[in-house]
Amino acid sequence: MTGRSTVDEDPRHPLGGDRASTGRLGDRIFGGLATTSGILIVVLVTLVGVFLLWQAVPSLLKNEANFLLSREWSPSGANPRFGILELAWGTLITSVIAMIIAVPLGVAVALFITQYAPPWLSKPAASTIDLLAAVPSIVYGFWGLNIAGQYFQPVLSGIDGALGWLPVFEDQGTSAKSTLAFAGMILAIMILPIVTAISREVFAQVPTTHKEGALALGATRWEMIRVAVLPYGKPGVISAAMLGLGRALGETLAVLILLSTLSANADWSFSIFNGGSTFASRIAQGAGEFDTPQKTGAYIAAGLVLFVVTFVVNATARIVIDRRKAFTE
Amino acid sequence: MSSAQVDHAAAPPAAGVPTPSAFGEKSGGRAVKDVTARVVMWLAFGIAVVPLVWILGSTLVKGGHMLVDSVWWTNSQSGITSRRVGGGAVHAIQGTLIQAAVTAAMSVPVGVLTAVYLVEYGRGRLARTVSFMVDILTGIPSIVAGLFIYALWVTTLGFQRVAFAVTLALAMLMIPTIVRSTEEMLKLVPNELREASYALGVPKWKTIMKIVVPTAFSGIVTGVLLGLARVMGETAPLIILGPYTKVIATDLFDGLMATLPTMINQDRTEALQPALDRVWGASLTLILLVFMLNLLGRFVGRFSKVKG
Repeated sequence: MTGRSTVDEDPRHPLGGDRASTGRLGDRIFGGLATTSGILIVVLVTLVGVFLLWQAVPSLLKNEANFLLSREWSPSGANPRFGILELAWGTLITSVIAMIIAVPLGVAVALFITQYAPPWLSKPAASTIDLLAAVPSIVYGFWGLNIAGQYFQPVLSGIDGALGWLPVFEDQGTSAKSTLAFAGMILAIMILPIVTAISREVFAQVPTTHKEGALALGATRWEMIRVAVLPYGKPGVISAAMLGLGRALGETLAVLILLSTLSANADWSFSIFNGGSTFASRIAQGAGEFDTPQKTGAYIAAGLVLFVVTFVVNATARIVIDRRKAFTE
Repeated sequence: MSSAQVDHAAAPPAAGVPTPSAFGEKSGGRAVKDVTARVVMWLAFGIAVVPLVWILGSTLVKGGHMLVDSVWWTNSQSGITSRRVGGGAVHAIQGTLIQAAVTAAMSVPVGVLTAVYLVEYGRGRLARTVSFMVDILTGIPSIVAGLFIYALWVTTLGFQRVAFAVTLALAMLMIPTIVRSTEEMLKLVPNELREASYALGVPKWKTIMKIVVPTAFSGIVTGVLLGLARVMGETAPLIILGPYTKVIATDLFDGLMATLPTMINQDRTEALQPALDRVWGASLTLILLVFMLNLLGRFVGRFSKVKG
């Protein structure tokens, strides 16, 4: 899952490249097929960008509101007005909440699995956390709304009572299970297995000599983790967090089911105890009404922004991983 | 040589005597921190397990009784309304399995061949680009994949929203997971096997087909099953491309086809108990399907000749 690249020159593969090919028909056909598949993937990703852009532009040109700074969303009719400000806010805040919970928790669970758990528990524990990724998004949403959500109400009231004077924690009267905060918490559960899996992998790779060196110098286990494991694993944890973020940004169903949408004339609020929409949830909501190209184009424009953002996040994660390789190999 | 050092070397520190350490003197504070960290790690794992147990528990309690009824496995929802108890999920289960099979049939060749390209052939800029694009594809949100196929299939080519379009979107999500897992497995195949084959004059493509891929086979199968488990639970592209229907349908290119995720999505806002029961039943069925694929994948992985 870490996306390690095999393309760098590797001394262990002296017959790599196409030097081992005999140049006969079978080799040329098979090599051609393999290369075509590779090219197909490059074409596919390029097509995604091109197609979304191509279909979004006509609607964007007709848009009478500022696409980036408007909160309105009425993409149909002769005077379409739509903007992504509310979607960007909802996506950002739910993802940030998810990260704040999932990254420390995921790192702690990864440390538990690799450094603390007794050997018999280590593997089953890892598989158990992996199973969290096997629960479908729609089930998380349905479960959150109908079962877990009610227990968030006292938490909301508690935080609002203590810190409600901050605009971020102001109670907006939204049902606790339909707030951005709770959607973020469910997202945290959903990205936890990703963060854990990748952190676990890098923590397991910490050279034993580093760890034993620290212990021999008199470090306690926690001090050993702080001076040997965490610094070594840092780039891995960063890319794990980025990949988790990429997933959280695009999660659709859980957020769609949980969040209560805001009415068009609701006052702007910075509160995490408010309803809202994300890019993905707004697109899914509109999925039933893709009837005119202009209307569809507006949703595709939102999808394009989401694509670009996740592209940047994932590319950053990739660069961080490659840097780490450069240092360790 | 100072006498202090000699003394130290001669007499190991007795219990209670501070041990000289690069991390400072042995103190209560350090021990407390160490114990606290240990407790926090155990606690973190405990917290992480809670949602899993909770979700499985609630789905089992609320949906379990639907699955023990044999009607669930034999009937569709044809003619059943939210008010009425009865009907099964066979239309949705069948749809999910058909779409998964078609998705796999499209993704496996492309994914495995791309991995073969990256490990056995690719060097230089093209290979680096392909590897980068696979990573990007891994990160594409499923709803964007759905939108892209919609833009291609419906808006541009003018076709209807059919099951085949769904499988195209799902294949986009499945290909990168297959590429990555297959790549890992192919890299684990010892180079000596390839060299021995070349030394016998076997062409490269036969070496790959008869030596490399078979050696990594069960690992590749594991990757395919885990990838399948991932796309089976996907709902977002289905909402855009594959509307729900209550009846059994098997045509990929004509009409609607029900799936378990869309069956859940259809009735999730219902207030009536019969409909809600079916939502929980469908959720449990879907979770069981995905878990079974996961377990099967791990089980097959045990027989791998190459170990990660």
